[in-house]
Amino acid sequence: MTELGTVWLFGDDIDTDILAPGKFMSSDMSILSSHCLEAVDASFAKNVQSGDILVAGKNFGVGSSREQAAQALKYLGIKAVIAKSFAGIFYRNAINLGLPVLVGEVSDVVRSGDRARLEVSTGVFELVDKNKSVNCEPLPKFLFDLIESGGLVPHLERRFAEEKNSK
Amino acid sequence: MGQTLAQKIIAKACGKDHVIPGEVEIANVDLAMIHDSGGPRRVKPILERLGVDVWSSEKIVVVTDHYVPEFNKETKAIQKLTREWVKANNIQSFYDQMGICHVVVPENGHLKPGMFVVGGDSHSPTGGAFGAYMFGVGATEMAGVLATGEIWITVPETIKINWSGKLNEYITAKDMMLYTCGKLGMDGGKYQAVEFSGSTISSLSMQERMTLSNMTAELGGQAGIIAPDQITKNYLNTVGVPEINIEHWRSDDDAYFLESHLFDAGQLVPQVAAPHSPANSIDITASKGTKVNVAYIGACTGAKMSDLRMAASVLKGKELASGVRLLVAPASKKDQQLAKDEGIMKIFEDAGASILPNSCGICAGYGSERLGEDVVCISSTARNFQGRMGALSSGVYLGSPYTVAASAIAGEISDPRNFIETKND
Repeated sequence: MTELGTVWLFGDDIDTDILAPGKFMSSDMSILSSHCLEAVDASFAKNVQSGDILVAGKNFGVGSSREQAAQALKYLGIKAVIAKSFAGIFYRNAINLGLPVLVGEVSDVVRSGDRARLEVSTGVFELVDKNKSVNCEPLPKFLFDLIESGGLVPHLERRFAEEKNSK
Repeated sequence: MGQTLAQKIIAKACGKDHVIPGEVEIANVDLAMIHDSGGPRRVKPILERLGVDVWSSEKIVVVTDHYVPEFNKETKAIQKLTREWVKANNIQSFYDQMGICHVVVPENGHLKPGMFVVGGDSHSPTGGAFGAYMFGVGATEMAGVLATGEIWITVPETIKINWSGKLNEYITAKDMMLYTCGKLGMDGGKYQAVEFSGSTISSLSMQERMTLSNMTAELGGQAGIIAPDQITKNYLNTVGVPEINIEHWRSDDDAYFLESHLFDAGQLVPQVAAPHSPANSIDITASKGTKVNVAYIGACTGAKMSDLRMAASVLKGKELASGVRLLVAPASKKDQQLAKDEGIMKIFEDAGASILPNSCGICAGYGSERLGEDVVCISSTARNFQGRMGALSSGVYLGSPYTVAASAIAGEISDPRNFIETKND
């Protein structure tokens, strides 16, 4: 799983109300995601491209259990989030939705707009134009497998199919 | 080496004698709680895709509280879907517009010590007050639980937060948690288990303990657990839970704690968290005198019966400052009825408060009632992120129900202890 894209850099404590504003929680994902991160960067939802990588400081995704916070990023095309640390529920939600989330000290060495490559399996993050790389913590195998199979739902689909076949 | 309370509960849920922190385990869920926002409307399509029914219609509790009241086409559709799904799946416990899930579920006797419980909401650690291991998950994960009755968990370490000494008058569990958030930060819980203990905790009522466990979410813990004692047993008696043996449900004396924090309750003064983080909590002196437009007594954190009592004791016979709106949204129908019987609702009405429905209300920011541009609010809720309760230009200060009430009367953030003399007259 290799991802190549443009970096979007955010600070510490990006909360779930910033990622998925409550006001739009009863709306469709197309509307909700258009307000993702607008409180801190009004251009994000408009300009983010499929394949981009989001980099942040500590405690990313703090707050609510609403998984739309992770889902909106995925919907907009973000292929991975790298942060110094994650809030626990966001971290679980991202993995269950098949969005790679890696812990790494990347936010101090990148700028928004940098081109970067991420090897999800090993956690190696490279700035392609700067010849610089950072090793993020690789995901535990159980969680990597979950992401690789596309998240919890495809994982369970396979499990139920296997159970049916073995009967 | 002994085990912590959290480890003991998780071990039982995994069918093991011992579990080791850091290892990923598959646990059996004793109870799953879902609400109208993250619940049926989100899990239904996933369960349909998987082609399976819910694993148990007895072990699922459904509560409507986020989109209450229904106010437009979208929210009406969400509630219709919720009710239909409950019926179609033969869900045995459904609380429709009875109050906020974190309060309604324990007040109906669904939680007891030793249970392993998941909730589709971040304030699910509230259940830890009853000696249950309860934590919040998102909708996909919840769908997985509803399909299988199982969930993966990385066995947590336990962080001990010990409070000793006696709280002074007008100092509450809310102040204790704001203080802790201010000291340790919103990631101080490290997504591990937090265990509250000490002589201060032992003397707290169940609803005050619920406030502690509830705000473990703001502390970044996965669960916020309190070992059951006689107070727990007495409470459970009143909600129809049969007599239980609580002996096993405590941390062993030789259990390992990742961290231990010791706090002195006797030194604590009212705490206020400035916008836009609970971690901005400091002694009230720093924000005293800040003008407020709205005072809000609401949410699972700050509008239970014990919270309503606190606010009313300050508001009794008083009037709101001119230009201040006081909004009260009792956390459950049951607590509102109790408050009515005690004359507390009358105190709110006489003071000029608006009474809002028994739901998450402005705290979740999902409804029609939200804070307007530039509004400054003092709130008994748990979370004051920018834009959560209304406009991005609004600002929310968090305090105890006493502090919110005192501030509503003064028109500015005020120390409730200034009202002690009046009360003693």
